[in-house]
This record gives sequence, C-alpha cells and structure tokens, in this order.
Amino acid sequence: MSSVASTVLTLVLFATYLGIGALAHDSHFSLGWVLGSTLLVWAGPAQIILISTLGSGATAVQAAIAVTVSAIRLFPMVVSVLPLMKTPKTRRSHLVLVTHFIAVTLWVECYRLLPKVPRERRIAFTHGLGCGLVTVCMVATTLGYELAAKLPPLFAAAILLLTPLAFLLSTARNCRQISDVLALVLGLGLFPLVSMLHTGVDILISGVTAGSIAYGVHWWRERARA
Amino acid sequence: MSEFFGSPHALLVLVLAGFLPNEIWRMAGLWFGAGVDEGSEVLVWVRAVATAILAGVIAQILVQPPGALAGVPDGLRYGAVAAGFATFMLTRRSIFAGVVCGEVVLLTGKWWLG
Repeated sequence: MSSVASTVLTLVLFATYLGIGALAHDSHFSLGWVLGSTLLVWAGPAQIILISTLGSGATAVQAAIAVTVSAIRLFPMVVSVLPLMKTPKTRRSHLVLVTHFIAVTLWVECYRLLPKVPRERRIAFTHGLGCGLVTVCMVATTLGYELAAKLPPLFAAAILLLTPLAFLLSTARNCRQISDVLALVLGLGLFPLVSMLHTGVDILISGVTAGSIAYGVHWWRERARA
Repeated sequence: MSEFFGSPHALLVLVLAGFLPNEIWRMAGLWFGAGVDEGSEVLVWVRAVATAILAGVIAQILVQPPGALAGVPDGLRYGAVAAGFATFMLTRRSIFAGVVCGEVVLLTGKWWLG
C-alpha cells in the first residue's frame, strides 16, 4: 500500500479519474456504469473515448472500434513488462490478473519498483499495487461523479476540465519520437476540421489520418538519414 | 440497485464496446507477446494513431464540451488549456503544475467574468 501512496503518478491518476467520473455524470451515465468501466476497462484513454463517443451519439460499433484502436498500445506494454515477473515456474494463468492491471501508470511503476522486489514475489507485489490503484481510482470516480452532480456549475466545469488537461499533458510527457509529437499536434488540429463533416466516425477519421501522416514523416526522416 | 447501474442495455454496451475491445489487446500480449519486437515499425505507427485518436478526443471535449463545461466561454476554455500547457513546458514538464495552472486560470476567469 505504501507503494501506491508514494507514487507521484497516483495524484495525476486521481485527478484523471475525478474527471472521468464528472464526464460520465454530465454525459448521463449511471454511477454503477462508470465504476464498472473503471474496474473492467481500467484504461483512462479508452474510458474517455467510450464515454465521449457514446455520449455524443455514436453507435456501440463505432465506439468499440475507437476503443480497440486506442487499446492496441497496451499490447507492447504487456509484452515488455511480463518478462520482469516471470520465473521458470510461472504458468500463464498466474499472469492473467497482472495483465489486466497493466496500463500506462502500472507499466511505468513496474519499471521503477520491481527491481527492488525479489523475483518470486513480483506477481504478488503487482497484484497488491494493481488492487490499490484500482481502489484509489474507484474512489476518485465516485467523488468526481458526485461532485459534478452537486457542485455549482463553476466548480463542476473545473472538474470536467481536468480530463483534457491531464490527458494532454501526460500524453505530451510520453512523447518519445517526432512521430508522437506530430500525432498529438495534428490530432488536436484535425479533429475540429473533420467534425464539421458530421460523419459519426470523426474521431477515427481524424485519428487514423493524423497518426498516419505523423508516421509518414517519421518513415521519411529515417529513410533520409539512412 | 437498478438506479445505481442503469439499464441492462447500457451495461451490455459497456462490456461489448468498452471491456472486450480493450482487454483483447492485453490478452493478446499475454498469449502472443513472446515473438514481437517492441521497437518494430508497426508499433511506431500504432502508437502514432493511438496518440492522434486520444488527441482528437481531447479536442472534442474542448470544442464540443459536455455539461457544465459548455457554460464556460470558448476563449476561456482554450486559454486555460494553453496556460496549463505553457506552465507544463516552463516547469520542465511537470503535469501537476500544468494542471493546477490551467484550473486556476479557468476558475479566476469564470469568476471575473461573472
């Protein structure tokens, strides 16, 4: 539990889930629904995408496509973090719950904390860390939901602003290559233009276009260098 | 209890459109992860698209704000986020400082405008 409390990221995570709770309230979802999404989905970006696409009238299929594209990034995280926990005796079934907990925060914290933990205890340690983080975030989700319902509009607006602020800054912080920076900037700029077309899949069109242009620039620069 | 969880249909959508499309990539990592190179070009593209989709959602919340955020004038919303981002850059990428600054600009701006 002390590892949960000590992470600076927990504070940012708490603010993020306050925002998710508030966003769910103002998009007319039930408290049980958004708590279920924190427990089952356990990935901030996917939850924001799910709530805002469904809330703005997209179909379940359109929302599912946007969620699954955003979730592909979990795949390399799982691939890179699991070798830290495996021992020769580890079975795949022992790692299912650990795998569910993996999202950007846990991924970063595993790299920081696991080297201090004896290898045979790392799975149990990660279970504890994951449960602690999920609990903290469920409390934050509930708090954000209730605050959005009861606070005067000024403060409710401030809590809703936590979501775009926290995600913009944490995404900017995670940018490692020119393609990441470009994807962020182009994605921000392209969405307002694409949304004028009212296609119903505006998020997907602007995301795939901006991401592919960003990748194209990365590819072209690598080639020019070679 | 039904009020707490809402309609069964909404929960079904949560599982089908939220839980499964998200979880499938974690489980794919667990089952097929051993042979994939973390730095491969496909994953660079995937990360760029995922980043751009998230950026689009951030833009959507700012341009077409939900609920109480819609009561804040456009210029103040954009100004608060811009101030937060500027602070983030000036404080050697402190997310905490950026978020606090953005919130302070929003609250004082709205209070000042009345």
